[in-house]
Amino acid sequence: MSGARDDAPPKVSPFYDARVRAVVFQVLLCALIGYLAYSAITNAAENLARARIASGFGFWDSTAGFDISQTLIPYTTQSTYGRAFWVGLLNTLLVAALGIVVATLLGFSIGILQLSKNALVSRIASGYVEAVRNIPLLLQLLFWYNAVLKALPNLRESIAIPGGALLNNRGLFLPKPIFGAGLDAILVGLALGVVGAIAIRFWARRRQALTGRQFPVFWTSALLIVSLPLLLAAIVGFPVTFDYPEMGRFNIRGGVEILPEFAALLFGLSTYTAAFIAEAVRAGIQSVPHGQTEAAYSLGLRPGPTLRLVVVPQAMRVIVPPLTNQYLNLTKNSSLAVAIGYPDLVQIFTGTVLNQTGQAVEVVAITMAVYLTISLVTSGLMNLYNRRISLVER
Amino acid sequence: MKRAIFSFALAAVVGFAGSAASAQTLKTVQQRGVLNCGANGTLAGFGLPDAQGNWTGFDVDYCRAIAAAIFNDPTKVKFTPLTAKDRFTAVQSGEVDVLMRNTTWTASRDTTNGLNFTGINYYDGQGFMVRKGLKVNSALELSDAAVCVQQGTTTELNLADFFRANNMKLKTVTFATADEAVKAYDAGRCDAYTSDASALYGERLRTVNPDDHVVLPDVISKEPLGPAVRHGDDQWFDIVRWVHFVLLNAEELGITKANVDAQLKSDNPEIRRLLGSEGKYGEGFGLTNDFAVRIIKHMGNYGEVFERNLGSGSRLKISRGLNGLWTKGGLQYGPPVR
Repeated sequence: MSGARDDAPPKVSPFYDARVRAVVFQVLLCALIGYLAYSAITNAAENLARARIASGFGFWDSTAGFDISQTLIPYTTQSTYGRAFWVGLLNTLLVAALGIVVATLLGFSIGILQLSKNALVSRIASGYVEAVRNIPLLLQLLFWYNAVLKALPNLRESIAIPGGALLNNRGLFLPKPIFGAGLDAILVGLALGVVGAIAIRFWARRRQALTGRQFPVFWTSALLIVSLPLLLAAIVGFPVTFDYPEMGRFNIRGGVEILPEFAALLFGLSTYTAAFIAEAVRAGIQSVPHGQTEAAYSLGLRPGPTLRLVVVPQAMRVIVPPLTNQYLNLTKNSSLAVAIGYPDLVQIFTGTVLNQTGQAVEVVAITMAVYLTISLVTSGLMNLYNRRISLVER
Repeated sequence: MKRAIFSFALAAVVGFAGSAASAQTLKTVQQRGVLNCGANGTLAGFGLPDAQGNWTGFDVDYCRAIAAAIFNDPTKVKFTPLTAKDRFTAVQSGEVDVLMRNTTWTASRDTTNGLNFTGINYYDGQGFMVRKGLKVNSALELSDAAVCVQQGTTTELNLADFFRANNMKLKTVTFATADEAVKAYDAGRCDAYTSDASALYGERLRTVNPDDHVVLPDVISKEPLGPAVRHGDDQWFDIVRWVHFVLLNAEELGITKANVDAQLKSDNPEIRRLLGSEGKYGEGFGLTNDFAVRIIKHMGNYGEVFERNLGSGSRLKISRGLNGLWTKGGLQYGPPVR
C-alpha cells in the first residue's frame, strides 16, 4: 500500500525497540530456565554417581518380591516392579473412577436438596456440607477405616447376607459369577437392549417434535436393557454358576473380595468431594435467573421438568469448571490411601518400590508424570464437555 | 507427607547442591553443634520419645554415644523419627547424618541404596505375633492367614518368601507405619502381625490386651540390624563403626559407666589403649584420644545399654541370646584397639 510509508513507526535503534526487547528478554528467560533444568539434571546424575546410588530405569524389570492385597491384573511376588506399578496405577484409577461417579451423584443430590423449600431437608443438606468439607480428609479416612473395622464383626461372626455374601471386618465377600457356555447370548441381549434404548430415544424425540406427545423413554430403556439379557439367559438356561465364599481355616476362600481399605477410601473420598460438588451445584443453580423458572412455570412445566430441562442445563455452565477441579482433587486425594493400607500407586510405587530400589528421583518423577497425565486427561475431557454445553450465541 | 518432603529434599540436594563434598560429615556435625540422627520414633526398646519428649531406646543410646564421642555431651542429638519406607531417602539426601533405626543390613541397601552399614549392633530375626485364641503353634500353620506388615521393610519381603517357600497362601495387608499395622491387627483386620522378633515384644505391649497375643517361636529370617551412613565418607563411617566396637570392648574388658574413671589408672594395656591413656587412637578418627571414655562415662558399655533398653532393666525382658559377647557364647565381637 502506498500509504504505508506514512504509518511506519519512526526508525529507532533496536536497543530501544519494544518488540526487539520483548523477544530478547523472552529468549534470555527461556535460556535461563533451560540452563537451570539442564544443570539440575546433570548435577543430580553426577551426585548420584558419586554417592554410588543406583540410577536409571533398570529396576523396572527386576523382581519385586512383595505381596499386594488387591490386584486387578495377575500379580505374584515374583512379578516385576513394572508389574507392581501397573497394579498400583489400576488400583488408583479404580478408586478414582468409582469415587468420581459416586461423588457426582451424591453431590448433585445434596446440592439440589440444599435449595429445597423444606427447611429441615435444606438444613440437613447444608449441615452435611459444612461438617464434611471443614474436616481434613485424612482424619475422615482414618475415621471411616477404623469405623469400618470396629463396627463389623470378626471373621467367626460374619454376617451372612442373603444370596451367599458374607460381611466381616476382613471385607465384603460376594459370590463370584462363573459364566458357562451361552454367555454370548446374554451379551447379545445386552447389546440389543442398549441399541433398542438408543433407537427409542431417537424415535421419541422425533415424535415429540412432530406431535408434542411425550414417551416414558427412561423406564422403557431400563426395562429393555434389563429384560432382554434376562430373557435370552432364560432361553439358554442360565449358564451362570456362582463361586460362593466359604469359611477357611483363617480366612474366607473363594468369591469376590471387597477390601475394607477400599471401601473406607471410596466412601471417604466420595462423601468428602460430594460436599464440594454440592456447593458448586448450589451456586450453579442459584446463578440461573429466577425469571427462567417463572417462564417455565408459565409455560405449564411442572417443577421436575423445569429443573431438569430449564435450570440445570443453564446451571451446568457455571458448575462444570469447579466440578473439574473437584474431579482432579479426588484423584489426587486418593493418594492418601497410604494411610489406611489401600495399595494405590503411591503406596506401592513411591512406597515399597522406592524403598527397595532406593531410586527416589526416578520413582518420584514417574509418579508425578502419572498424576499429571491423569489430571490433564480428566480436565481435557471436562473441557470438551464444557465446550459442548457452553452458551452458543446465535 | 514426610515421604514427599524427603523425596523433594533429595531431588533438591542432589539436583542443586553443587559438589558439596559429602566427605566432611564430622566437620559439618561439629560446626552444626548437633548430630542429626534418624531414629524409629514408635518402637519401644529401640527408639521412642516419652511423654516429655525425651527419646529413649537402644538405637537412641547409640546416637547419644556418637554425640558423646564428638561433643562429650550425649544430649547434642536431634532425633528425626522416620518410617521404614522413608528412612533411606532421608540418609541419601543428608537429612540425617546417621540412620540408627533397627535397620536390616542387606546387599541392595549396602550398594544401590547408597548406604554403608557400619556393623551389627543387634542380631535379630523375623517372627509372628498371633492371637492366642487361634490356637496356632507354628508359623507353618498360617497358610491362608491375613498378615499385617509394615511397608518398606525386609519383613515384607521375607514374609512373601516364607509363604512361597512353604507353599502357603498369603494375604498381606500393608501399612506405611508399624503403628497403623499394629492397630489394624489389633482391630482384627489380620490374623497375624509380623516384624522383627525384638519389635514384636514391644508391639505386643501396645495391643489393647497384651495377654491375648502370643509371639510364635519360629524365626524365619536373619535380621542383622545396624547403623548406616551415606556412601563416600570413610572417616564418618569409621567413627560410627567404632562407637559400636568401643561399647563392645568396654563390656569385654569390664569397663562400666561407674568404674570408667577408676579404670583410667588400670595397668591392663588393652584398657589403657581403649581409654586413651596410652597411644593416640582417637586422633585417627578425627576425635579426641579420650573419646571412648566420653562414650562409656555417659552411656555405659554395650551390656549396660542393652540391659537398660531391652533386657532386664526394661519392660521387654529380652535375653542377650545371639547378642551376648563372643566370650559368652554370643556373636558380638569387637576388634582390638591397636
